[in-house]
Amino acid sequence: MNDIYLDNNATTKCDPLVVEAMLPFFTEQFGNPSSLHSFGNKVGHALKNARKSVQKLIGAEHDSEIIFTSCGSESDSTAIMSALKAQPNRTEIITTVVEHPAVLNLCEYLETEGYTVHKLKVDGKGNLDMDEYKSLLSDNVAVVSVMWANNETGTIFPVEEMAELADEAGVVFHTDAVQAVGKLPIDLENSAIHMLSISGHKLHAPKGVGVLYLKRGVRFRPLLRGGHQERGRRAGTENVASIVGLGVAAELALQNMEHENTVVKAMRDRLQEGILAAVPNAFVTGNPDNRLPNTANIAFEYIEGEAILLLMNKMGIAASSGSACTSGSLEPSHVMKAMGIPYTAAHGTVRFSLSRYNTMEEVERVIEEVPPIVAKLRKLSPYWGENGPVENPEQAFAPVYA
Amino acid sequence: MWDYSETVKEHFYNPKNAGAIDEANAVGDVGSISCGDALRLTLKVEPETEIILDAGFQTFGCGSAIASSSALTEMVKGKTLDEALQISNQDIADFLDGLPPEKMHCSVMGREALQAAVANYRGEEWVDDHEEGALVCKCFAIDEVMIRDTIRENNLSSVQDVTNYTKAGGGCSSCHEGIENILMEEMQARGESFMPGAIQKKAKPAAQPLVTLETPEPAPAAPAAGGMSAFQRYKKIEEVIEKIRPNLQADRGDCELLDIDGKNIYVSLIGACSGCQMAAMTVGGIQQKMIEALGEFVKIIPVDKAQYAAQLAQKQATASA
Repeated sequence: MNDIYLDNNATTKCDPLVVEAMLPFFTEQFGNPSSLHSFGNKVGHALKNARKSVQKLIGAEHDSEIIFTSCGSESDSTAIMSALKAQPNRTEIITTVVEHPAVLNLCEYLETEGYTVHKLKVDGKGNLDMDEYKSLLSDNVAVVSVMWANNETGTIFPVEEMAELADEAGVVFHTDAVQAVGKLPIDLENSAIHMLSISGHKLHAPKGVGVLYLKRGVRFRPLLRGGHQERGRRAGTENVASIVGLGVAAELALQNMEHENTVVKAMRDRLQEGILAAVPNAFVTGNPDNRLPNTANIAFEYIEGEAILLLMNKMGIAASSGSACTSGSLEPSHVMKAMGIPYTAAHGTVRFSLSRYNTMEEVERVIEEVPPIVAKLRKLSPYWGENGPVENPEQAFAPVYA
Repeated sequence: MWDYSETVKEHFYNPKNAGAIDEANAVGDVGSISCGDALRLTLKVEPETEIILDAGFQTFGCGSAIASSSALTEMVKGKTLDEALQISNQDIADFLDGLPPEKMHCSVMGREALQAAVANYRGEEWVDDHEEGALVCKCFAIDEVMIRDTIRENNLSSVQDVTNYTKAGGGCSSCHEGIENILMEEMQARGESFMPGAIQKKAKPAAQPLVTLETPEPAPAAPAAGGMSAFQRYKKIEEVIEKIRPNLQADRGDCELLDIDGKNIYVSLIGACSGCQMAAMTVGGIQQKMIEALGEFVKIIPVDKAQYAAQLAQKQATASA
């Protein structure tokens, strides 16, 4: 039996067509796109096509608004640092408590450099308070950076609306859209979003390539200075093979957009419904009514996520968890904490994230395999009795030391 | 994914002694639900002999927490309470053929559950003042609390100092930014500022030979902390230090007991030991032996002898003024 991969928000399999398109750029098409001769020229054309394909996927007005980078994190850092460098008088940043570490850790570092970071809070379903957001927009704000969709829960933020508000207030708006691109239709030409980050490996392109979308006219300061590549906005010889791969992946993502929102979504819904029907004391985290079509984050109360993942892995099922142990930190996922999920559930969250490569047969197998795993671990848990949680679990088991 | 040993995997996939024991007469609940690891250990102890007839565990936690719990129950069965108390967290880790540094706390939790259960059996109250911080140095498994305490006690002001005293940062050096951030905060708190260069000055003398401690022999049966008078406790602490000294002296070093303040035990490292790369190994080793001998959590804090004496004198002067 083949292993089942349900961790597509972590990374995705390279599409075979992507790999095929990339291969010549490791062999005969080795030229430097900056070179004048035909070796370089052909490669330059390939880059141009890739740029056009990405432009189309996100509905950008101009292909020159696409800057290739090395990863989503580089795109995020470039966007935020550019906004700060271009507007030295502005010293505030607005972001959210549930951002990816690529943004959150950078913002925390910038706090030590003297910037003020406002982190928008979320409610129990992971939704933002738009009034709080509006009240923070001011001439002191250099940049707003809000993710399009949350990587852990799939919850979608109203970034288009938020960008409009920022634009009206004269504030730069950046969105980390690495989870959204390829899963949700995006039309940047008709949006007020100024900057947007993409990561190749989240949409069946290889690792090591990303994109920063930069709306024409937005003042920009590069993170990497040097050669004139990417019109001087990102120095360094292009990662040609990967960029070509991303171009093909973007084309395929556009073709599969409907599939993603119908077939993949149906598999996700079946998975969630099947597991919740068979497992008591389990619930979906985030906002089930407004989330990515491929993601279901389920909290299994009174057990710990790493243990669940290890047993799932033994059965050939790959997923991920928000428990402290899977990351080596002392606390469960900041996203679960921000939503106020109690510790007894936050440590037991499992994220299932699907892709177009999954099948309904796989989903049914996971629905079969997961309930006994949960039951096995609950049998070991001090919070669990014969047939359910012990009475007043938090009082019945209250270990020494916090 | 963690690099778990086959034994860890075996104890996780097929845990031994899972569940609570019927007729348990000793129960130990320890752990932290915020960290995601907690354990209830139940023992059935024969009152006449104090032999552990049966042991069971219930664990909320990750793979290595479950494996450590399973290992613990296997290790204690058939032992007397006093024998069982000699099991150190390192013994639990060894039983499992090792644990990743980030997961050593699982074995600590096992040992603590045992202490708590024995205290419960003996009608004593078990208090844990063990403080755990985020792991900073992954090479040597040194956490933030240890680094902060050592910086404070010794007025440290460079990463090199921190490495000399705690060993943190002495390996791959990728945690230096983290150590610097702690230094910055601590130095700011005492009104100084942290101003290092981007690279360290060269021309360090050749490293001293490494101080190696003999493998810790099990400490004598440790009566619970509460069962020891202050004098007995002092003698015990002295005894541990005296036992260690010949090893250090063999490497031209030495260790002197300076002061005891509750759970803080101040020592001065002398000669080849002081400032050598392995000082913290020594400190860590002494601390482990001390904890085993006393049956309570204590901190061994290396300090500069002269500085400490001056501080003490100052304190006394202010007290008498």
